[in-house]
Amino acid sequence: MTKRKDATVYRGQPWVYAVLAVGLVVVCGPFVWMVLSAFKSEREIYANPPTWIPENPTLANFTDLFSRMDVGTYLFNSVFIAVAATVGNVLFCSMVGYALAKIEFAGRRAVFGIVLTKMMIPGMVLALPTYVIVANLGLVDTYAGIILPGLAGPMGVFLMRQFIGGLPDDLMAAARVDGAGELRIFARIVLPLCRPAMATLGLLTFLGSWNSFIWPMYVAQSKEMYTLPVAIALLTKEAVNLQYGQLLAGSVTLVVPIIVVFVLFQRHFVQGIATTGLK
Amino acid sequence: MTSIALPAARERRRLRLSARARRNLAGWGFSLPFLILYAVFELVPVVAALGFSFTDLRSRDLLNPLNVDPVGTANYARLLSDDVFWQAIANTLYFAAVTVPLTIVIGMALAFALNSGINRLKTFFRVSYYLPVVSSIVAIAVIFRYLLGQEIGLVNVVLGWFGIDGPNWLMDPFWAMPSLIGMAVWRHVGFVMVIYLAGLQSIPGELYEASSIDGASARQRFWHVTLPLLRPTTLFLVIVSVIGNLQFFEEPFVMTGGGPLHRTTSISFLIYDTFGTGQYGYAAAISYVLFLVIALLSVVQFRLLRSTS
Repeated sequence: MTKRKDATVYRGQPWVYAVLAVGLVVVCGPFVWMVLSAFKSEREIYANPPTWIPENPTLANFTDLFSRMDVGTYLFNSVFIAVAATVGNVLFCSMVGYALAKIEFAGRRAVFGIVLTKMMIPGMVLALPTYVIVANLGLVDTYAGIILPGLAGPMGVFLMRQFIGGLPDDLMAAARVDGAGELRIFARIVLPLCRPAMATLGLLTFLGSWNSFIWPMYVAQSKEMYTLPVAIALLTKEAVNLQYGQLLAGSVTLVVPIIVVFVLFQRHFVQGIATTGLK
Repeated sequence: MTSIALPAARERRRLRLSARARRNLAGWGFSLPFLILYAVFELVPVVAALGFSFTDLRSRDLLNPLNVDPVGTANYARLLSDDVFWQAIANTLYFAAVTVPLTIVIGMALAFALNSGINRLKTFFRVSYYLPVVSSIVAIAVIFRYLLGQEIGLVNVVLGWFGIDGPNWLMDPFWAMPSLIGMAVWRHVGFVMVIYLAGLQSIPGELYEASSIDGASARQRFWHVTLPLLRPTTLFLVIVSVIGNLQFFEEPFVMTGGGPLHRTTSISFLIYDTFGTGQYGYAAAISYVLFLVIALLSVVQFRLLRSTS
């Protein structure tokens, strides 16, 4: 704020815009290039020198991709899994977050310690043994097998604990005096007050679930269970009849929805990143 | 007096005890879903992986994990003499050592640029720089393989304008890793920028006022006010980036398949690759090495962060 009065900062402004604009080209150029190329014919994609604007814009890549694979099913799976993971994760994280922030129970430190250890375990270390567990539970090739292991993530617990810790104790104390049980306090007082934090965590979870493909690729065995990223990733590995235009069309289908979600809710994203990141 | 006070005190103690029991019940009750998920999908797998690493577990034994032979420390001994394992360690260190400082310096520069008093387009720039962070790596890989192609890739076309004959980035043993590093930096600068922006906004403006009244130049303010106050942010970012980059997997998985000549095989990729060939016991042993390194770093992280906050 005080910087606005600062003349030296004003002097630097055009220069700052120039740097930011160059950075913008580097960062967003690939996305623009992807979208433009997705509407080119296969021959134009491989043209040398390349064309910028599609000479004969075509939807062929999209129609070919959609006829080649069941994009509708994959989209449904992606959305369904992302929504279920989001609801489950937000609920479970809020519950532990509440317990850790506001209930002084024996073993609270131990539970918090568990949350900390959970952050230390690299994903790749868990992949195989978790797969063995999922297989023994009969959850291979099921939605539950894809969703359950990712719920109640430590970052989410942190975020909710942090946020709930900042709510005034008086509210809960007053409800307790009035004879409300903890469940009622949680559902009627804590959750409604947590809406901003829940929005942030929900969006982060949705995003993570939408983009994740390694674990779903392990668990989904039949094509009916593929999510969109899994399908595109496996299409990439297909050497026969690989049409780059179709891959680009698939990438556009994968990226555009999440960019729309992000732009619409970016306030929550940025807030949440800052809070989860820093504390 | 006593006859009145005693029942009251007793009543109070009874209430307090039951209140404590209720609190315990509520605390554990609310933690239960988390704890169950933790036990089933975290604790059991971690312990199981340790067990696997001392066996010759293979893919066919999966549904009968107890039906395998113990091999003692053979898997770990094999690790030490496995050239690919050492190459993977070297690759991982190379990747992290370059990616972490580059991402942090560029992300910090962007945050300063955005925070330098510009008003117009600030949100637009912030959102744009963040797009790679929210985009699927699968899609990013499709774009980047197209951009980095030898003949038709846009990168080499642009280099050609300046008379530079670009290499076949992803197939070249020397250039494959720098390509992945560039892509990783491109993906993560937005995250670093947002964290630094939050850090910068928490610095009270009076500090700048006071230091400019005292005659400090912009450069002095940067080195003596801003940077020291951003120390916790920087520390956090360094640690998180180091831990994250030591586990890098997605870049080689989607871009190079670990090649050429294992030049982009990271530790995580090697684990995945070893799973793929069905040598689960050996893969578990490699996992545990990675796990120990990461766990150690995490402990250091918690110590450092606690001492600064």
